[in-house]
Amino acid sequence: MPLVLMSLELIEIFRWAYGLLAELGLPPVWVMLISYGVIGVLMFGVLALLALFLVWWERKVAGHVQQRFGPMRNGWHGWYQTIADAIKLLQKEDVDIIARDKFVFFWAPVLCFVAAFLAYICIPFGKDLIVADLNIGILYIMAVTTFTVIALLMAGWGSNNKYALFGGMRSAAQAISYEVPMVASILTVIIYAGSLSMVDIVQSQNSFFGWFICRMPFGPIAFVTYIIAATAEANRAPFDIPEAEQELVAGFNIEYSGMKFAMFFLAEFINLFTVSAIAVTLFLGGWEGPWLPSWLWFLLKTLGIVFLLMMFRWTYPRLRVDQLMEFAWKFLVPVTFANLILAATMKYLGWYW
Amino acid sequence: MGKLRTEEFQVNMGPQHPSTHGVCRLLLTMDGEKVVDVVPHVGYLHRSIEKICENRTYAMCIPVLDRFEYVTAMSCNYVFALAAEKLAEMEVPERAEYLRVIMLELNRIASHLIFYGTTAMDVGALTPFLYGLRERELIVDLFEMTCGQRLTYNYIRVGGVSRDIPKEFVPKCREAVKIIGEKLSDYEGILNENPIWIARMKGIGLTDPQKAIAWGVSGPVLRAAGVKHDLRKDDPYSIYNKFDFDVAIRWNGDCYDRYLVRLDEIRQSLKIITQALDGLPEGDVRAKVKAKFKPPAGEVYVRIENSRGEMGVHLVSDGSTKPLRVKTRGGSFNQLQYLPEIVRGKGYLIADLVAIFATFDIILPEVDR
Repeated sequence: MPLVLMSLELIEIFRWAYGLLAELGLPPVWVMLISYGVIGVLMFGVLALLALFLVWWERKVAGHVQQRFGPMRNGWHGWYQTIADAIKLLQKEDVDIIARDKFVFFWAPVLCFVAAFLAYICIPFGKDLIVADLNIGILYIMAVTTFTVIALLMAGWGSNNKYALFGGMRSAAQAISYEVPMVASILTVIIYAGSLSMVDIVQSQNSFFGWFICRMPFGPIAFVTYIIAATAEANRAPFDIPEAEQELVAGFNIEYSGMKFAMFFLAEFINLFTVSAIAVTLFLGGWEGPWLPSWLWFLLKTLGIVFLLMMFRWTYPRLRVDQLMEFAWKFLVPVTFANLILAATMKYLGWYW
Repeated sequence: MGKLRTEEFQVNMGPQHPSTHGVCRLLLTMDGEKVVDVVPHVGYLHRSIEKICENRTYAMCIPVLDRFEYVTAMSCNYVFALAAEKLAEMEVPERAEYLRVIMLELNRIASHLIFYGTTAMDVGALTPFLYGLRERELIVDLFEMTCGQRLTYNYIRVGGVSRDIPKEFVPKCREAVKIIGEKLSDYEGILNENPIWIARMKGIGLTDPQKAIAWGVSGPVLRAAGVKHDLRKDDPYSIYNKFDFDVAIRWNGDCYDRYLVRLDEIRQSLKIITQALDGLPEGDVRAKVKAKFKPPAGEVYVRIENSRGEMGVHLVSDGSTKPLRVKTRGGSFNQLQYLPEIVRGKGYLIADLVAIFATFDIILPEVDR
């Protein structure tokens, strides 16, 4: 079995299926439509499963950090606990509050959910395993992930609840502030990769010492600042002020129940995976790695970053909202821009490898 | 373009809110994220404990008062028993006094461990809560071993304690003291030096010693503001003058100091317990009390140092089997009244208010009686 797994490259399966479709004698337009549809459904399924897995894993990590077991009852170490939870949430009554703004209230979770998936169009899961290698890949990802902010703001406003409004406003302020250092960190990479395409970025780090995290001295700095900004982007502790439970009860999703709440919840975990995947692609060589198949390398590295972010959440207290802004504008922004200038100067002078 | 106009608005924090530790309703007047004013509304948990006591015999009052401040139910038992004994001028066997001190101090540690956990949780660190409760479990097990109860003990009775400790109590207690002493440095390691923790706690919720005294604030909140006031030293009851311990004190009166004072107090309590276990004499655990306990007519006020400040009972007797009036006093009520004074107009954010509320360690059953 391990041997089979090692020789297995997922892309081969896709090529085989694509060829099969073409042989059936369908017109090329149909082949294209069907294959994109299949890819879409596949991506959705994989990501939904991934989000369920991450929820379970988060609970296990939390449990073990806190010297308890986490979910243990349903299956081996509670593996289908989150599936049961998801089914429960599906069955729950969708509480419709009277005072909400109907349109905004309804579409906020949908937008949040969709925005979380959009980024995956150009994240390379492995060698040749990418839906569309856009030549503006990373720019596109940064643009669509920002939709989440609009969704959270909509949820905060549409709920017509003061706590929710606090949460929505905080989330908007936070995401916009941390976008700046995040983009500045990413630009450091782009200067050297010379391309915005995610595939090109991965291919430009073809050996371990070529990974951007190993490029001294700007690489590690950019990586650390990116991780900090990404934690804030994904609204995770210690930057989870939009839903700060002890202050705002549940923040923007206070009025949501049932499947609408589940959509926010799943989107949060998909965003967690997105920022980790971007970190891996940009700084840790993406799918590059010896022996194992490329998609497995990508998955392992990404889950490593996810684990790091989870450990942050369960070990740190939460920052206050003004301290959060101060940290972004007075520390992260200057550091990332100084780093960017340093990297650009070194590139200009040719002091790099 | 006209001038942007903002207006203050009101937010109900509670009665159901994760960080009001019970059912307290804080009516906040907010200016954006800033708290302009806070008005605590109490009474959601009122059970008229004082009135109930008037219709009960002295022995029956004690389990009722267990619910007065259930986090340190031992001290509620004790303060009422002490008042009744003072009225009846009763002598308590020495072994009973030692057991009472051990139980009171164990309960104080348990309360402070809960404080540690809930405060960390209110500031956003979710993990220390589990650590705090893990060590509290050792203490609760000891209580269960002694009196069969884990939260409301009904252990300290008029004239002594309800029963003697089992044989394995002393070694188990020593072990618990050792473990808690070791884990305490772990607790400090998790939070004390954490930059986020310091940023959230230092300089927040400054109390003024003079005003705090004027509002009747006592206990760790007052000691964190630099007032060396501990009834165990200043107005010794039971056998506290036999033990060697220090009064934990800090000077800044902010949230961080209130947190540190309580951790220091755990250390001092461990010290007292060790000495009490070493000096535990043999003998009876309860003085002879008549089945119909009737103290002579009169009134008395006794006070003890509880984990939340001064806890007192004003007991009036008319010479019958039931008390004529029981007036209780707890530290949380005064601290909650003092809360608006330190928040109002200081420009604290809602997150700061949560931290202040948490470090005041207010427990609502005690406020509402």
